[in-house]
Amino acid sequence: MAAAINCLFIINKSGGLIFYKDCGSAGRMDTNDSLRLASLWHSMHAISQQLSPVNGCSGIQLLQADTFDLHCFQSLTGTKFFVVSEPGAQHMEPLLKVIYELYTDYVLKNPFYEMEMPIRCELFDINLSQAIQRDRVALLGR
Amino acid sequence: MQNAELFTLTYGAIVRQLLTDLEDVDEVNKQLDQMGYNIGIRLIDEFLAKSNVSRCVNFKETAEVIAKVGFKMFLGITATVTNWDVDGSSCSLVLEDNPLVDFVELPDMCQGLYYCNVLSGVIRGALEMVSMKTEVTWVRDMLRGDDAYELRLKLLKQVPEEYPYKDDE
Repeated sequence: MAAAINCLFIINKSGGLIFYKDCGSAGRMDTNDSLRLASLWHSMHAISQQLSPVNGCSGIQLLQADTFDLHCFQSLTGTKFFVVSEPGAQHMEPLLKVIYELYTDYVLKNPFYEMEMPIRCELFDINLSQAIQRDRVALLGR
Repeated sequence: MQNAELFTLTYGAIVRQLLTDLEDVDEVNKQLDQMGYNIGIRLIDEFLAKSNVSRCVNFKETAEVIAKVGFKMFLGITATVTNWDVDGSSCSLVLEDNPLVDFVELPDMCQGLYYCNVLSGVIRGALEMVSMKTEVTWVRDMLRGDDAYELRLKLLKQVPEEYPYKDDE
């Protein structure tokens, strides 16, 4: 069964990939590819802010392609969360919001996590998997 | 609430330990501020994620949000924003209630201590993460015999969020 989301990226405010997770079978990436994609997205996001005709634009939120959608959420502190999903997948914004909350709870509140560094927090992994699973179940129910 | 009491007592134990370790009230003030700063730079994301406030249009709104939403969320109290200066870049947050000091009396040997200095650090750290450089100082402190707690909040610089790209480079 295909999952609604294929992978999740978290980029710190200077553009470094601090978290990557594969969720589906499609589009699996090795470490180099995920790092490259993350910094590419960081730059494109920055350029989109400058090019946008909209005043005070905060950057690309959704990129739609033939084979995937990319949903991006940037917090006011500059951390970016983005998921690559199936085309037309719904309710990605609330999912990203939930992931942001999990990040504040299980990453930032972990006293042994160093800011801006790669995330290696087991509690975050567990709760993230559960959130994605819940999202998947909800999707089946819809 | 028992949970709040544990918090108050833990904070007291930290201040006490710092006084023992550093043996100098000014150093303790500095250390508390630094600890608050380290908390603030992490806490701001939780605040943004869970409070559903959006970007503030100006510093006045920022101060109101800190006083009404931020203090409520993390300390269970609210503050009053007063004493704006003419150009709207500094104001006072007045706290009538302060859960940090429930059982505290300052002894004579600690007269220079800003017991709640962690709070000023938290605000400074949190605002720095959303591009505002501020200076936060205590003006009134009930532990020092004043009639309220008053924090002075001064906006030093608003760091622009644009990337530092220059077209001609």
